[in-house]
Amino acid sequence: MTGEVILFWALAPLTVLAALGMLLVKKAVHSAILLAFVMIALAVFYLVQDAPFLGVVQIVIYTGAVMMLFLFILMLVGVDSSDSLVENIKGLRGVAIFTSLAFAATLTSLIARATTGRDPVGLELANGEGNVQGLAGLIFGTYVWAFEIISALLITAALGAMVLAHTQKSPEARLSQRVRSTARFRGESIGTAAGLPGSGVFARHNAVDVPALLPDGTPSDLSISNLLAQRGDVQETKRYSLEGLPKLDGEDKK
Amino acid sequence: MSEYASILLDDPVWMIVVKGLLVFILCVLLTLAAVYGERKIVARMQLRVGPNRAGPGGILVSLADGVKLALKEDIIPKAADRIVFILAPVISAATCFLAFAVIPMTGKVMFFGEETIMQLTDIPVGVLYVLAATSIGVYGIVLAGWSSGSTYPLLGGLRSSAQVISYEIAMGLSFVAVFMYAGSMSTGDIVQAQSQWWNAVVLFPSFVIYVISMVGETNRAPFDLAEAEGELVGGFHTEYSSLKFALFFLAEYVNIIAVSALATTLFLGGPSAPPGLGFTENWLGGWFTFVWFLLKVFLFFFLFVWLRGTLPRLRYDQFMKFGWKVLIPVSVVWILVVATLRLLTQQGASQFLIAAFTGGVVLVVLIATSLYESSKKRAEEDARYVPEMPAPKFPVPALPKAKIEEVE
Repeated sequence: MTGEVILFWALAPLTVLAALGMLLVKKAVHSAILLAFVMIALAVFYLVQDAPFLGVVQIVIYTGAVMMLFLFILMLVGVDSSDSLVENIKGLRGVAIFTSLAFAATLTSLIARATTGRDPVGLELANGEGNVQGLAGLIFGTYVWAFEIISALLITAALGAMVLAHTQKSPEARLSQRVRSTARFRGESIGTAAGLPGSGVFARHNAVDVPALLPDGTPSDLSISNLLAQRGDVQETKRYSLEGLPKLDGEDKK
Repeated sequence: MSEYASILLDDPVWMIVVKGLLVFILCVLLTLAAVYGERKIVARMQLRVGPNRAGPGGILVSLADGVKLALKEDIIPKAADRIVFILAPVISAATCFLAFAVIPMTGKVMFFGEETIMQLTDIPVGVLYVLAATSIGVYGIVLAGWSSGSTYPLLGGLRSSAQVISYEIAMGLSFVAVFMYAGSMSTGDIVQAQSQWWNAVVLFPSFVIYVISMVGETNRAPFDLAEAEGELVGGFHTEYSSLKFALFFLAEYVNIIAVSALATTLFLGGPSAPPGLGFTENWLGGWFTFVWFLLKVFLFFFLFVWLRGTLPRLRYDQFMKFGWKVLIPVSVVWILVVATLRLLTQQGASQFLIAAFTGGVVLVVLIATSLYESSKKRAEEDARYVPEMPAPKFPVPALPKAKIEEVE
């Protein structure tokens, strides 16, 4: 037995198990991990079967970028989200079954067309000038048009996704941190440049409806939300103010 | 097949095993040295002495740290996903060693009577293989962040995965010019192609882009947003302790050494001697080249520490903008220029044509930069404009029985 055979029989059952597990496990992230395992195992098969470029690119593109984006979305959706088996959109199951059958039929016919009635030239000939050079010759020589059209299609799809996902920001939100900071300092009063005074400062309560007290004991209107003030929900600060403050020198003379 | 690959092909099995073991030991030893070196160098930069208790000059500090880490209590949080929580550090630590398989660490040497090179294997897509290994390594970080079952690790994991993916693109693009010059993607061929001039000189922009993106790729300061202590506690490894944390720690340092070794291979001529010192390559039967290799790796490692000791951390959006809007477009344009020049020389175009093309490129770059400068001036003026801002107000939570309509 060659190393290739041993590797195949060791890895292939694991791959099939992982693929089945991907369909059967409950948590979406576990599913994603199993799928990543299947992709890496496939890449190892490619590497062993004298297709090093395909194997490595499979890992870089599918495992490294595509699968990582899936994981990214799953993590954003929620840590504990598991698959719900309720059919949200009517008839989706039928469509899904039909599409997967159609896809399987397409793949079968393509593979059959590529393999039956043809003589494979063999790896020695295909990899004659080196695996990478051979592939480059096919992609940028024989099939350059198909390749370019597919890349144009992909770019169009990516642009479309960007356009669909793009939302116009409100003009206020578009202002940068720097502009906002400058505007605060150049505004009418520099008193609020560092933010509004907090409610309840120097008063005996710190609830949002208790105005802060200024150093001279008078309540500050700024420390109360405009909304509360208009609604009449503001507490009387006097109750909370410190009584018997010692008068400052010269305050009586004013 | 290249010369390197054919030398490596007749290695007996025992030698491959020994080499694998040596690579592993080297990585662990270098990590120990790196932890000690980093703490000492940063200490000197901050006018401190640094570790000086364990062993002469504190040289055993990383060993003591390792023992301490291993003896700590191993905690798995209740909210954690147990299997993935244990799997994540294993993925991280296992994949970080993979990259070393294709790094040539010496020139031709005799190893127990067999001519070889201290490099495990030389595959035709060696450099891409390193990229693939690092992209699997990211799974360790992402899964660690997810499986911890708390907020800070999740945010850290998300940040670092976005960061590593973005900077991997810039990194991959910086390789392209090197591939075109060497005419191959195998590390051995790339080292041999630099026998005249190092790529760091010929392809200087690629070199700069690679050095920036390798810092972003390894989550190191000033790009260590994934574990920004001030914002995210420890980032993805907040919930980890004991040996599992030690594995992440090991993976981080091995990754740093791996990207440094790759930089050495791609841009500084690998294990070959610096210009003018070529005679040293035959000392000790070729083994002296290993010293040059280590010196170059240490040079990059010192750069890492230097950056950490000097620069403040970037803001996340600025960091992402830098990656996508500066590094990637610049590398794409640079690749176009290199490809055109390469084709012109290969097709035997006249010196005049090549000079004209180079001059044209320089002119375009000059025009672009001067336009950029003037647009910067305009942006400065825009920044002076003060828009009408609404008066500041407090956010108020919705209260029960509250009137809904806002009264301004």
